[in-house]
Amino acid sequence: MSKDPDIVFVRDQDAPLLPPPLMEQGLLGWFNQNILSTVNDFSSPGAAFRSVLMAVSTLAIVYYSIAVLWALVDFAVIEAVWSDPDGLKRTICTTEVAGGLQHDGWHGACWPLVVAKIKFLTYGAYPSEELWRVNLAGLMLIVGLVCLMFDRMPYRMPIGILMLTVYPILAFILLRGLGEGIGLPVVDTRDWGGVMVTLVVALTGIIASLPLGIILALGRQSDKPVIRMLSTMFIEFWRGIPLITVLFMASVALPLFLPKGVTIDNLLRALIGVTLFASAYMAEVIRGGLQAIDKGQYEAGKALGLSYWKTMRLIILPQALTYVIPGIVNTFIGLFKDTTLVAIIGLFDLLGAAQSAINDAAWSSPVQAITLYLFVAAFYFVCCLGMSRYSMRLERKLAKKDR
Amino acid sequence: MAKAKKTSTMQVSDELIISMKGVNKWFGSFHVLRDINLNVFKGERIIICGPSGSGKSTLIRCLNALEHHQDGDINILDVTLDNNVRNVEVIRRDVGMVFQQFNLFPHLSILENCILAPIWVKKMPRAEAVDLAMSLLERVKIPEQASKFPGQLSGGQQQRVAIARALCMNPEVMLFDEPTSALDPEMIKEVLDVMVELAESGMTMICVTHEMGFARKVANRVIFMDEGQIVEQNEPEAFFNNPKSDRTKLFLSQVLSH
Repeated sequence: MSKDPDIVFVRDQDAPLLPPPLMEQGLLGWFNQNILSTVNDFSSPGAAFRSVLMAVSTLAIVYYSIAVLWALVDFAVIEAVWSDPDGLKRTICTTEVAGGLQHDGWHGACWPLVVAKIKFLTYGAYPSEELWRVNLAGLMLIVGLVCLMFDRMPYRMPIGILMLTVYPILAFILLRGLGEGIGLPVVDTRDWGGVMVTLVVALTGIIASLPLGIILALGRQSDKPVIRMLSTMFIEFWRGIPLITVLFMASVALPLFLPKGVTIDNLLRALIGVTLFASAYMAEVIRGGLQAIDKGQYEAGKALGLSYWKTMRLIILPQALTYVIPGIVNTFIGLFKDTTLVAIIGLFDLLGAAQSAINDAAWSSPVQAITLYLFVAAFYFVCCLGMSRYSMRLERKLAKKDR
Repeated sequence: MAKAKKTSTMQVSDELIISMKGVNKWFGSFHVLRDINLNVFKGERIIICGPSGSGKSTLIRCLNALEHHQDGDINILDVTLDNNVRNVEVIRRDVGMVFQQFNLFPHLSILENCILAPIWVKKMPRAEAVDLAMSLLERVKIPEQASKFPGQLSGGQQQRVAIARALCMNPEVMLFDEPTSALDPEMIKEVLDVMVELAESGMTMICVTHEMGFARKVANRVIFMDEGQIVEQNEPEAFFNNPKSDRTKLFLSQVLSH
């Protein structure tokens, strides 16, 4: 019986290797696949309706995005006032109708206001002659962080340890001062303000909450019931109260519990409250990472004779923390912005300082508030975006290692 | 299948290394190990086989305290396994284990996987640990992979690294928990060759496996387990050619048919 010719096939010549069709590659390809394909299906009334809907919404989104962006650029750059050489203050930022120099209908940012207030926004009421101390502490921080970010930096580990142990003490001595004797007069935390306070609260909260969160996460997974119960109670307690309440309680309720005459510095109360609050969130993020680790990793560590803590430190935590970098950075970013709540206990962070500047009558104008809030928003946006980008870089670097 | 040369190093000594007396274990109310009595002498190569769920893995996991037995005595290398954490850690240093899923540490290179335990448990200096690891990686025939990561290696290579990692601690006993069950067929041979070489060098081995060819060549004793009990044990030739229990006969007919 002869074979059916369609079954037998042997290739004698290779099919040509071609580039993809023009409509499928590059920018045209992206447009074709993502936009055009959503609007060109008219095979049925339902599909036609969907296509028209997609086309209308795509156009609407594009239009409004451009409109909003344009409004922002118009306000902040094009119509903005950039300098105030004659010291006119409010007159240069208000329209003629209100007694100023600008034409009617003007609406733009008043950047000279920000420039004039920049010292207050950065340092608060810190005495001018002692500002060098804040600048020095800030410089050491920047240098330390930059060193730690370079992989090939020698002595990275000692630098890291120094930054975590010695720097906080140095920063404390510099910022608060010890006394007239060594040329560092005490500057009470009541006079601190602006970006300085934001960074102090945020950095302390971020750096201190990570190890505390790790310990709590490990405690919650412990096989000893007492430790597990205590960890769970701690986490649920601090997660159940809003941060603003924590700060409020720390400020108002804490003095009632302390013996007479003993006071804890207001900023310190804020730092402790923020740290404990953040560590509860951090613990849950890390616990998610711990649960994602295959049980075999624990067993392999045990089978090799490693103790519990060595297994955690060398095998489990490096993997778990890598998994949850997005979650950790997310918590950090949230914490950074939550620092604005310290206003409730009388500390002037950046937002507090900005709000105080808004009440300055010498600069009173319709754009006074908007300009300052825009500046504060830009500052937070840049910082949070920076953290976000760095975390992506970190994730990519660590992922390369695994493959 | 490499033929194991029955050299003089494959002699069994009369030094008792492991003794299990009346060991019982429960998972909740499920009686997973029933009245296990087993004596293991230095130099023995024991193969444990049986249907899944028979408790074979649980048995060897009790030997290095990955599982805790609720009844009976386990005495291994002159240490009694009980709730004492110190004892457990001492035992684990001298008992090596190779897992079905390899369990290599993915965030460390092959070399770092091997030197981790000697450095952190035995406090060996790093240079010495590296030399030891490299010599063992050569023994399992993959020294050139030392700076790669586990994710870049094939299954057979990963399992050989796992064997080298366990050997870096210079154990007295090696436990194998179905080492080739997760491997593609073409990679099983390379791992079994390493295990045969290990047996020839005189290592005491307890191996849970379905590789009957390996059992025939290398084992001095084959144990059949079913439903948590040791049903039959014998020398390999006698075990395979002349099984005595009906359950053993049934199991062998299923395993050896294909």
